[in-house]
Amino acid sequence: MFDDFFMRALIAGIGIAIVTGPLGCLVIWRRLSYFGDTLSHSALLGVTLAYAFSINISLSVFIISGTVALLLLSLQKRTKLAGDSLLGLLAHSTLAIGLVLIGFLSSIRFDLMGLLFGDILAVTVEDIFIIWFGGLIILGILFYIWKSIFAATVNYDLAAAEGMKPDLSNFIFTLLLAGVIAISIKMIGALLITGLLLIPAATARSLSSNPRQMVILSILVGIISVILGLFSSLELNTASGPSIIVAALVLFILSLISFKRSGALQK
Amino acid sequence: MDQNKLLVKLENAGVYRSSKWLVRGISLEINQGQIVTLIGPNGSGKTTTAKMILNILNTDEGLVTGNANKMAYVPQKINIDWTMPLRVIDFMKITSSLNNAEITESLVMTGVDKLLYNQIHSLSGGEFQRVLIARAIAKKPDLLVLDEPVQGVDFNGEIALYNLIKEISVNLNCGILLISHDMHFVMSTTDHVICLNGHICCSGSPSNVVKNPEYIKLFGEHNSETLSYYQHQHDHSHNHDGSISK
Repeated sequence: MFDDFFMRALIAGIGIAIVTGPLGCLVIWRRLSYFGDTLSHSALLGVTLAYAFSINISLSVFIISGTVALLLLSLQKRTKLAGDSLLGLLAHSTLAIGLVLIGFLSSIRFDLMGLLFGDILAVTVEDIFIIWFGGLIILGILFYIWKSIFAATVNYDLAAAEGMKPDLSNFIFTLLLAGVIAISIKMIGALLITGLLLIPAATARSLSSNPRQMVILSILVGIISVILGLFSSLELNTASGPSIIVAALVLFILSLISFKRSGALQK
Repeated sequence: MDQNKLLVKLENAGVYRSSKWLVRGISLEINQGQIVTLIGPNGSGKTTTAKMILNILNTDEGLVTGNANKMAYVPQKINIDWTMPLRVIDFMKITSSLNNAEITESLVMTGVDKLLYNQIHSLSGGEFQRVLIARAIAKKPDLLVLDEPVQGVDFNGEIALYNLIKEISVNLNCGILLISHDMHFVMSTTDHVICLNGHICCSGSPSNVVKNPEYIKLFGEHNSETLSYYQHQHDHSHNHDGSISK
């Protein structure tokens, strides 16, 4: 079944949605959507470097996004700039450096649209392996630190006082975010990854009354978005990444309507 | 078990932030079964001191040592982001794995067991404060730190909660650090009072502290008098029928 490019895209996309579900909830709860954007913009630099030195794209993206994430954490403690200015500064400078470097690598042909918005045809069996294997590692680590990162998300002081080691779990969570961007960049594209993190989780928010429910629902909504998006991409001959995000948006709007109609689903 | 196990000890501890000392030269001890109260004006470093004890803030000077196994904290301010759906029952479990019986038991103690499945965001200030206290108690800590624990709670509830805190220190035999403005409670049930203003102005038993000139300078003569008056009531004790026994 891996022979069919569409099946490959479907399997890869579902794998990504399972990982972006829980991470997306944390991004929403911790108000890190712009942080996710910065990491994914810097991912373009990672892709360029991967081509330049012919190394694996996911590995290179993980290294660059991870480095940018850690740089950000340390800069936030040292500079007098507000968090959002710092994020914008890093997002656009790494994006610019990536684009400048592409100019230097004129000998290699680039599919810039594919890098920015994802390419359904580009998913290989190797990519599926990277997505599912990498995804399982990310989920495994996330499961292990969940109690700690969740406590730190609810309240840093409580988590710190009661021995949950919030700084360590923040650090690990940041690397996991870089990891999910690394495994999904080829499929979704640098500009749209944050959309797949945010929109299914936002959809799940209005339908859930507790954190576990929100995580499970955002995984489900993510999977449905991937399936709907890929089918419409095939039918309408549109780019895969944007189609998935549009499908997610449609589900979000539907959730708002059903939420309004049923009042609050809260117990 | 050692009756008066030392839970935490600060030696000349201080925190330096934004080119000034928030607190400096703080030395104190909290033992098992003891209630220690921090009092002092706004910005005097009460919360900072509590955060040093809880290892939330690293000290820039001095030492924090201790052998408390389990600490629980009732912070002064806590904002839970509304983007997170969170029921009281979920909040109770955030730093420990409690079963439903343990959770209900402590919510009953603070009088909010009916709110078990309510969203945290729908609670009133006083209700939330009771949930915060219940969460800390449910952990059965050996050191409990309460930063203005009864803010927003109605008057009758306040008395009941303070009695509960006293009860907990006896039942759990834990140490309690309390930050409070309620002088009557402080003076009647606290073992040790520390008067703070960036440094320790004075400390000792409640009856000694109110006589200290440093305390009077900080809180004024008037306050000192009302407290002395209150103390007078403790020169005798009441029998159950209300008669006085010497």
